[in-house]
Amino acid sequence: MRRALPIFVVLAGLLVAIAIANPYFLEPPAFLAFVKRAAPLVILAAGQYFVIVSGEFDLSVGSLVTAEVVIAARLIDGSAAATWPVLGLLIVVGALIGLVNGIVTTLLRVPSFITTLGTLLILSGAVFLWTGGAPRGALSPQFRELGRGSLGPVPWSVLILVAVAAAAIYAMRAGFGHTLVATGDNDRAAALSGVRVARVRTAAFMISGLSAAVAAILLGGFAGVSAQVGQGLEFQAITAVVLGGVALGGGRGSVVAAMAGAFTLEALFTLLNLYGISGALEPAVQGVIIIAAVALGAVNLPRSRAAAAP
Amino acid sequence: MTQPLKLRRVPAGNSFLRRLSADRPARAVYVALALLIVLGWLLFALDGGRFLSQENIVGIQQRSAALGIVAIGQTLVILAGSLDLSVAYLISLTSLVAAEIMAGADANVPAAVAAVLAVSALTGLVNGLIVTRLRVHAFIATLGVALIIRGALDERYDGPAGGVPESFQHLGYDRVGPFPVSALLWAAVGACAWLLLSRTRLGYRIYAVGGDAEVARLSGVRTERVVVAVHVLCSVCAGIAGLLLASRLGAGAPTVGTDGGYDLESIAAVVLGGTALAGGRGGVAGTVGGVLLLAVLDSIFNQLEVNSFAKDVVRGVVLVAALAIHARRRRTA
Repeated sequence: MRRALPIFVVLAGLLVAIAIANPYFLEPPAFLAFVKRAAPLVILAAGQYFVIVSGEFDLSVGSLVTAEVVIAARLIDGSAAATWPVLGLLIVVGALIGLVNGIVTTLLRVPSFITTLGTLLILSGAVFLWTGGAPRGALSPQFRELGRGSLGPVPWSVLILVAVAAAAIYAMRAGFGHTLVATGDNDRAAALSGVRVARVRTAAFMISGLSAAVAAILLGGFAGVSAQVGQGLEFQAITAVVLGGVALGGGRGSVVAAMAGAFTLEALFTLLNLYGISGALEPAVQGVIIIAAVALGAVNLPRSRAAAAP
Repeated sequence: MTQPLKLRRVPAGNSFLRRLSADRPARAVYVALALLIVLGWLLFALDGGRFLSQENIVGIQQRSAALGIVAIGQTLVILAGSLDLSVAYLISLTSLVAAEIMAGADANVPAAVAAVLAVSALTGLVNGLIVTRLRVHAFIATLGVALIIRGALDERYDGPAGGVPESFQHLGYDRVGPFPVSALLWAAVGACAWLLLSRTRLGYRIYAVGGDAEVARLSGVRTERVVVAVHVLCSVCAGIAGLLLASRLGAGAPTVGTDGGYDLESIAAVVLGGTALAGGRGGVAGTVGGVLLLAVLDSIFNQLEVNSFAKDVVRGVVLVAALAIHARRRRTA
């Protein structure tokens, strides 16, 4: 947990800075709106965490989100009756893409960076080949309710986020989480102690695919249909996970910190907007802060590594 | 994993060809390239075109030169166990630096080239120092630098800017016989990198650091210097590609690097060429083969007028399939 502490300090600092600029921010409606906006990225980061902690990468989530939204729009085409079956289909597609990523990475031994880069190319190409270059169709109001609407004062996406977070925390505390971290730390040692490495890693990819499906459902409702909806999300999710102190290469870090990393990234965007640094300079400031945050987090690394050595 | 190394047939002589054929991962990509060329020749013939026409061969070289130069830089970085995701934005930046300083006048060309090399070397230095001094993973470090460059580009430019004098456009369009000048530049950069890797101390150190940084350090290699050096060299390669693209466009463009997808595509070409993503194994010859493979694939798509989205699908499949076959060969070898 000591490793995760810095991200919570940074997050708290950012939230205070936002609250100073905008005093209404900490009141329930505004804060819930912030959480709602952050929900897709937080869910993606949670999914990406499972892959990263097992020692792999998933670069395909951004184009998977785009693909899912485009598929949903094309299949639903405004009809309410099609909403629920398509929602189910999206979840299945997400898990299936994750399964393919996992199998190609573990059984065919293709580095996950390349596997998921290939999936990225295939997904973005295939979806637009199918729809003829631009997204077609429309989402039904029922579908969009999940991303836009709310149950009483609490948005649906916040409730979904809470459920996803609870499930992720439970999974990491269960035996699965321990074998996953062991695999990421040293897959040979894990395999020799009886962990089915291929199966565990494939499960991690499936979780990432599922999280992309859920994020796509929320984003489709929240932002609507476009060909750019998932653009750059894979890098944002990986950045969020690394901001949370999770080591690229696997074996270290907590899922709560990864999700806090995603909140931090979203808080950063909000803050930059508030201070009028929107649009052009935003990526530059983001880049500086990401490097600085990871660099600060890395300062402790040699000590903990020395402590871990026999 | 170390077994195949011992079993490898040691070439008796020291000739260039023998050395090249000893580089096994590279051989695989050239076999694939040869097969693809035969396939391309057949498809062209069926489609009523000529694959081996001068026009097509020049086209393949033209298309692959910029990516080829970037991929050679990327090879050096990956061999040392690092990674550079900032090349795409750096290419855009250097194309703008070149075109803005030239401003259409011949006299400014040397200054512009010098400025581009300085800017790119500086970017590489920053990348390398962030990776080594601040101990930030190369993935995040170069992604962060990419974002910083993107911010600077978005802030200053909305579209193409500057102008390249006609004399400098020769670099992009002229050719010597069947060889475009750009391809010759690519060959020169490749030859330099090959010499660096096979004949110099730095080259051996790059392999040592990529193979195992800790072992290299304990053997007295200053690993941090090696990592900084490869990042500088990689960025300079991106800068050269930026110059080439500026000369082709006649101006600098803020999206030229990202439109080409040079970051991920260069990594893909390197890995297709048999260089291990984890570092320490592979070489420049394989990368050249990987880039040519992608370019031949592209020319076949163009001839058959394949939809651009279908191109992405096939490219993704080829990438994953090639790596899967490669992984299988390595295990059974």
